[in-house]
Amino acid sequence: MRTWSRRVTVFTSVLTAGAVLAACGAGGRPDDSEGGSADVVGVTEDSIKIGAHFPLTGVAAPGYSEIPSGHKAYYEYVNANGGIHGRKIEFVVRDDAYNPTQTSQVTNELVLSDEIFAMVGGLGTPTHSAVVDFLNGEKVPDLFVSSGSLQWGDDVESKPYTFGWQPDYETEGKIVGQWVKQNMPDARVGLFLQDDDFGEDGEKGLRQYLDKQIVATERYTSGNTDVAPQIAALQAADVDVVLGFNTPSYTALTQLTAKKLNFDPKWFYSNVGSDPELVGSLLARFSEGAVKDGSSLLDGVLTTEYIPGVDTPDDPWMELWQQVWDEHGGDAKLTNYRVYGMSQAYTFVQALQAAGPNPTREGIVEAIEQAGTEFDGPALAPFRYSGDSHMGISGLRVSELKDGKADPLTPVLVTDIGDTPITEDNSGAGNDSPPEDGIPDPIS
Amino acid sequence: MQQFLTTALNGLTQGMIFAAFALALVLIWRSTRIVNFAQAPMAMITVYVALVIIDAGYSYWLGFAAALLSGLLLGAVVERVAIRPVEDKPHINAVILTLGLFIVLHALAAVIFGSRYRSFPAPFGLSGFKVGDMNIALTGFGVFSILAVLAVMLLLVLLFRFTNVGLMMRASAFNQEVARLLGVRVTRMLTQGWALAAMVGSLSGLLIAGGNLVHPAYMDSVVVFGFVAAVLGGLDSPIGAVVGGLILGLSLSFVSGYIGSEVVALAALVILMVVLLLRPGGLFSHAPARRV
Amino acid sequence: MTEFAQRIWSSTLARHVLLAAAGLVAVILVLESTSAFRNGQFAVMAYMGIAAGGLTVLTGLNGQLSLGHGAFMAIGAYTTALLLSDWDSAPPLLVVLLAATLVTLVIGAGVGVAAARLHGPYIAGATLALAIAVPGIALYFQGTLGGEQGLTVAVPAVPDWFADVAYFITGNDISSSKYVAYIGWISLIVTFVLLANLSRSRVGRTWRAVRDDDVAAELAGINLGRARVLAFVVSTACAGLAGAVLALAVRLAAPSGFTLVLSLALLSAVVLGGLGSLLGALVGAALLTFLPQVVTGIGLDAGLSDLQAAELAPLVYGLTTMLVVILAPAGIVGTARIAWRKRRAHT
Repeated sequence: MRTWSRRVTVFTSVLTAGAVLAACGAGGRPDDSEGGSADVVGVTEDSIKIGAHFPLTGVAAPGYSEIPSGHKAYYEYVNANGGIHGRKIEFVVRDDAYNPTQTSQVTNELVLSDEIFAMVGGLGTPTHSAVVDFLNGEKVPDLFVSSGSLQWGDDVESKPYTFGWQPDYETEGKIVGQWVKQNMPDARVGLFLQDDDFGEDGEKGLRQYLDKQIVATERYTSGNTDVAPQIAALQAADVDVVLGFNTPSYTALTQLTAKKLNFDPKWFYSNVGSDPELVGSLLARFSEGAVKDGSSLLDGVLTTEYIPGVDTPDDPWMELWQQVWDEHGGDAKLTNYRVYGMSQAYTFVQALQAAGPNPTREGIVEAIEQAGTEFDGPALAPFRYSGDSHMGISGLRVSELKDGKADPLTPVLVTDIGDTPITEDNSGAGNDSPPEDGIPDPIS
Repeated sequence: MQQFLTTALNGLTQGMIFAAFALALVLIWRSTRIVNFAQAPMAMITVYVALVIIDAGYSYWLGFAAALLSGLLLGAVVERVAIRPVEDKPHINAVILTLGLFIVLHALAAVIFGSRYRSFPAPFGLSGFKVGDMNIALTGFGVFSILAVLAVMLLLVLLFRFTNVGLMMRASAFNQEVARLLGVRVTRMLTQGWALAAMVGSLSGLLIAGGNLVHPAYMDSVVVFGFVAAVLGGLDSPIGAVVGGLILGLSLSFVSGYIGSEVVALAALVILMVVLLLRPGGLFSHAPARRV
Repeated sequence: MTEFAQRIWSSTLARHVLLAAAGLVAVILVLESTSAFRNGQFAVMAYMGIAAGGLTVLTGLNGQLSLGHGAFMAIGAYTTALLLSDWDSAPPLLVVLLAATLVTLVIGAGVGVAAARLHGPYIAGATLALAIAVPGIALYFQGTLGGEQGLTVAVPAVPDWFADVAYFITGNDISSSKYVAYIGWISLIVTFVLLANLSRSRVGRTWRAVRDDDVAAELAGINLGRARVLAFVVSTACAGLAGAVLALAVRLAAPSGFTLVLSLALLSAVVLGGLGSLLGALVGAALLTFLPQVVTGIGLDAGLSDLQAAELAPLVYGLTTMLVVILAPAGIVGTARIAWRKRRAHT
């Protein structure tokens, strides 16, 4: 005991001495106002480092984990073609397992240890909520969050560095709601909603037009794969059309469950959940059972589109993505998740071009606010970026699935949150094609 | 009426799936007094084995058999390699060991098979039956599931009650020393218990997977509900496992349909607490023997 | 070594306070000499350590298994988030931490009374159900508890007096993340001193007696139910405090932060470190915090893809858990202690 206690005492006194030493010279605070040096975090002569948090493991990994691979493939393509202003883009992906606690840890790592220039495409509403204040506090550009929640764009004052990207769920809800009201005015409408901001914001948009027609609202909790009780309730309410704001796996699950219940309404899935390629391939496997052919099972299903996807391989943007993926993607198949990632990456490269040869964190934010509405890209509708709004793509079009392909029913419709009316898009954003070299030109 | 019937039938099939999983837990509990938390990922791995075989163009039933067989093997291997060294240690060590195995198998499956969703075929129809205007929300595969689980339960009851092997397994779990003195080859019994349990676990994995989507975490919700079902029934009794599964499946289906899916887990907790407060050893427990 | 020092050392309380002071100095040195990113990681280690400390008392000293401590952390975190919803009307931080502890303690007492009647796997089942049920409550009461998005936590600004004291001692200005790390570690030290005293006291001896042989304990006049409930309450209070620190560190309380994985990770941390040892709980918390990042980094350096490297972290963590349980069942600290004693016995 005696040796042990002596050791502790020695240890303690050494530590205390250390602390006192450290405290020396701490009398008055030096006036430290050197001003920012020319160095920009994450940017060197020949490289620029960005990063994001994605669920690479855990229950949210299926599907979502493919998005960063799209990002990477496109950046590698850009790098192989000389980079932007002579800089190669380095994309650091960190796994948060869709758990906000881990998002907070890996974002700390990205910002403080990896020292990224900007966060690009961080995924998920609860996850990104945990870090959005931190990123804005540290003045790290928080670009193109992979989530359609309103909060990334509707409050520029408190989140000046955060930008949305995909059409927000409320905008989508409004456009879907108006279409159903106009085309199925007598239909009894049932809602099938994911139990988070996705379903909630979507419902807000839908109810602007359909409040009187909605006769049943069912919510599912992500992770609970037994949706039969919810579908049974919709069936009991005798609905003619089900509007689903859910993820692709739940599209497959609702279709299977409806088969089991012999329930055959008209289905209308939000863009997030429709992915005909993925859902079709999932359903195709059940052909030994009742379902003859996966993609034909989805015939007549309504959905929306805001970027070209793998069902339109002849679209010039898809041709570019296919080429990029073949060259830099690896062996796996090109999926709509990867297309989503590449489309986002394209917008980032555009923003980087706009920020000029010497990008700074403030500079890229300003550049997006100023030039964002003019960004050409795969998106069918223009972005809404400005000094007052950081909302992403402004609209989409309603389509019907036939043989696994989306057949447009309306022109591209654009709107904004709140009671902004829905109008036809006349910007021509949906008709452009990528530049020859597949890399956005600087905006002059 | 239609909604009530549909919800009830759905609860019945769900309950049977919980029951299948609970049966596997009961089997391990009876033969080694360990709760195997790695049951779900072990089953998941074997279901992927079946998927690989079916994907290669062979019949569903070949995949089915291969999954059961690999379950049997996996169970034996896990017992020999991982569980054996901690069998004489405090029980919490074995629990933590199975939790570690849970994590490892998950990660391995994600690396080997990928973490995307895949569909798993079913050998029978996936449409509900129709009687007149009423829709009976039972599919061919659902009926198969119910019958399969009942058959397994009966076989287990017979095994434990009437066969020598079952008796020896019970004896080894109850008291290894005494069983050894009576000439039971205890270690072999333990391995057999794990192997059989893993096979039943594979069956539950196959029943959940049939006509459904599969990914490495697809059985995670069953880990909790299957375990709760087993505890409801008393952990010791195959019949209890099935009754526990049915109670849980039916009540959760009604809670989900009429109150909301977000309170399903809360409902499971409430049911479990009520039952355990009335009968601390579960519904089908024997009078608790005092350990001195 | 003077006689006076020896006398102080032989008093349990004084010894623990002395160790705590040494610990505090070590914490200051470490936090001041490491980067802001490491500060953040140390904050994580602090709240995991607090929760693991509470759990190791429950499981190690009293022999009760809880698979649901993440749920109690959630209760502490949500209490904190509700109290710290905006900067202006926020009560003092100390009040918030105490309130989070107290609210969790009360709920823990309720659960503890129910759990005290149960044994072994039945407790495991009940706490397992608890772990997944509590996040669902946040979804059901979407209005007050924020649903899936959760509640954001307005971390109070560093108080002037704290900044001044910190500046006086260290000569560095204090950032918000460092402030949270300090709060975490001071909470941890206070908790550990209390737990260490408790486990050396009569109460602690009662708990061990109940763990080792409940029949004998009952014959000796110990009220089994009361001992079990008390251990449960103490342990959940720690989890509540840990949840409060977590809420401060993450700045959010959301259901997806409190999945079953958290509860199970806590339990494995406790066993990895060494069941029943507070130092072991701390070692386990350190492993949980630092291992995934280190392993992922090694994986990436070795040329694995992002996806493979991400899966490597749970793989290594799971394997470590299994190996420790098989090869060093007393846990890392327990095994080290045994080895040390053996060495001393030889010399």
